[in-house]
Amino acid sequence: MSDTHAQSVAFVRDTEIPSAPPPYAATGPVKWMRENLFATHANGALTLIALYVIWYVLSGAVPWIFNGLWNTSSLSECREVLDGTVGACFSVLTERWNQLLFGFQYPEEYYWRPTLAFLLLGVAAAPVLFFDLPRKMLAFTAIYPFVAYWLIWGGTMLTPIVAFLGVAAGAMVYKRFVTGSFALGFFGGIFAAFVVWNLGGFLISDTASDTAMLGAVPSRDLGGFMLNMMLGVTCVSLSIPIGIALALGRQSSMPLIKWICVVFIEFIRGVPLITLLFVASVMLAYFFPPESSLDLFLRVVIMITMFSGAYIAEVIRGGLAALPKGQYEAADSLGLDYAQAMRLIILPQALKISIPGIVNIAVGLFKDTTLVSVIGMFDIVGMIRGPILASTEWNGVYWELLGFASVLFFIVCYGISQYSQWLERRLATDHR
Amino acid sequence: MTTLSDPPQGSFRLSMLIYDTRYRSLTFQAIAAILLALAIWYLGSNLIQNLRVQGLDIAYDFLVDPAGYDINQTLIEYDSQSAHWRAAIVGILNTLLVAFLACVTATVFGVFAGVLRLSNNWLVRKLMSFYVEIFRNIPVLIWILIIFFIMIAVMPAPRAFRGDEPDATMLLGLFAFTNRGVYIPAPVWGPGSLVVVATFVASIIGIFAYRRYATKLLYDTGRLLPTGWPSLVILIVPTLLVFFIMGRPIGLDVPELGGFNFRGGIQVGAPLIALWFALSIYTGAFIAENVRAGIQAVSRGQTEAAAALGLRPGRVMKLVVLPQALRVIIPPLISQYLNITKNSSLAIAVGYADITATLGGITLNQTGRAIECVLLLMLFYLTISLTISAVMNVYNNSVKLKER
Repeated sequence: MSDTHAQSVAFVRDTEIPSAPPPYAATGPVKWMRENLFATHANGALTLIALYVIWYVLSGAVPWIFNGLWNTSSLSECREVLDGTVGACFSVLTERWNQLLFGFQYPEEYYWRPTLAFLLLGVAAAPVLFFDLPRKMLAFTAIYPFVAYWLIWGGTMLTPIVAFLGVAAGAMVYKRFVTGSFALGFFGGIFAAFVVWNLGGFLISDTASDTAMLGAVPSRDLGGFMLNMMLGVTCVSLSIPIGIALALGRQSSMPLIKWICVVFIEFIRGVPLITLLFVASVMLAYFFPPESSLDLFLRVVIMITMFSGAYIAEVIRGGLAALPKGQYEAADSLGLDYAQAMRLIILPQALKISIPGIVNIAVGLFKDTTLVSVIGMFDIVGMIRGPILASTEWNGVYWELLGFASVLFFIVCYGISQYSQWLERRLATDHR
Repeated sequence: MTTLSDPPQGSFRLSMLIYDTRYRSLTFQAIAAILLALAIWYLGSNLIQNLRVQGLDIAYDFLVDPAGYDINQTLIEYDSQSAHWRAAIVGILNTLLVAFLACVTATVFGVFAGVLRLSNNWLVRKLMSFYVEIFRNIPVLIWILIIFFIMIAVMPAPRAFRGDEPDATMLLGLFAFTNRGVYIPAPVWGPGSLVVVATFVASIIGIFAYRRYATKLLYDTGRLLPTGWPSLVILIVPTLLVFFIMGRPIGLDVPELGGFNFRGGIQVGAPLIALWFALSIYTGAFIAENVRAGIQAVSRGQTEAAAALGLRPGRVMKLVVLPQALRVIIPPLISQYLNITKNSSLAIAVGYADITATLGGITLNQTGRAIECVLLLMLFYLTISLTISAVMNVYNNSVKLKER
């Protein structure tokens, strides 16, 4: 049968022809360019315009950067050496490096202390940011604020130790009582901390300053990028609990508490940060007893924390509102009281939803720390505008200095936003 | 028959204030009220005591005293003998001016960059995301300073325009870009110019009337009138006709070099330009992200459905995608406008006389009335913010999805 069939057909191919390569224009980089750069005439024109823009920027920037001088002593010397060719005068960065980072009043022999504090910040932040790391590292995170305070401000070691003991006592009391009642644990903890702090206060005032291992540095000597980092880290970490409290208060069914939170949040969000910094610099001192001399750094921290607390509260409120009502009802039906429901069911989910928003606020806040230069603090922008540009050597070096500040801020802010995107992917537990 | 949850009648015990949910919220609120009152009392008594010690009081009569300082960029008449309140009004107007200008240009930049970020051109897409990332991650104060210093350092000084072969020339003979600012021609309103302006306004109303008529005709009869070029004709032709019939009543006062500076025209100072440009390019990056998110929020099915109905791509955008995207875009857009208004307070860093620089800066330093000035300043910004949020709420309610 098969034989007859085979003879009735003239030719049957028994092997497959190898597939021919696609036409040259439909493969590889040519295809990619046709699809992505020159799909239509308008698209091609856009590509050419974009190429021109890139060429224009690069042709200006590249020689400027690569002809840059790194070790002259003044702008006029830079101009002499460059002799009319295009080139940057990066020498201002090498010469004023320490001023840009630490301000111009921080004692030079102590520079290692904020540097060490900054490195330790990485260690302390790691277990919070990457929760695959061993949980035991959190112990260091807990003592980090006190270590950093002692390293940066110096002075007697007893102050941070007493502060830490107070917090530790508070945490122990809270742990002991929280299983019974959250309110008892919470307020008991605060009470215990206050008792320890007051007792410790007597101890410090008796043995003050003989025990100083590190020389004391007053707050007004802080400056440079260090000041931006300190304000950013301190205010963000302080404002998250405040934001949570305000958000819960705004959702509360108790009219008075809700009203207080709404007024506070709307007031803070309605005014620019600069006016709040004015409050810190010229007004806040009137509201405290004359003998309590809050220094400017502390006043600024208070105001910026209130500011970002109000914004974070709105983000978290969004997260709370986005939770399905069933979660609240489920918590109620399990017989959890308000504090338990919030701590165990609602907040973990609401905070997870709010992470991108909180990170946005944190990035914005970190950028806004440059505003303190307006009220006469010498952060990195204040240093550039004040002592450095006003000096006779470096009057006129705008691009290099502001470019350097921009690069620092860009690295930090872009890093944070990339981290938040990673965290979002990591925390995504829903099905997809 | 009573159930277990029925409260026992008539036996109020003190512990019920904490353990009974009916009274507990009252207890908490009472505690909160007491704490609030204590805090206010503490801060207030400190304030009164501090003021008494320093021999100060809270009074606003300093506002009518002569200010004694000059402002170089004013929208209303002002000199150094004017009162402090007038300086504050100048500041308010300047704030509103820069905020308005920056809102307009930021929207243009933002929409442009946001749409181009969705382009299928790889290079343009990357370039725009580069723009957005660079500008979002660097503080706006640094941008303001960079642009301000560029203006000062790169632009020619007025004397560069002098001489037979000057180093710099005016653009079209009308605009002068100097390191003190940009000088633009000012219109001179001659007699009869009111008629020209009235004609212009009337022709704008005419365009809307024509478009309405075209839509009505389309719905009633199916006839499609062109709207593009007739609108243009209505806009230009009557105004031009009246302009020449009235004998060219509107002239131009062109800035001219005199002495060490330009005279005539309108001076747009370098601080205003730096602030305006920096705010718009910085906020433009944020608006670009909003626009992109808004367009991406419209599901693909909507575009496909519109295409299946036979709509052309332009109409798909205009009739289907944009109305839905705008619902997502506009609320964050308005809060960006609010941010521009608040960020315009950074004017103080470059010496632009906005409300923060006049009332919160020079007036505060001259009179020493810190509390009064800062309070007035906050009141102003609060009024603007609350007004804008009220408008936004009205808008949000009007475009809310009408669910049945």
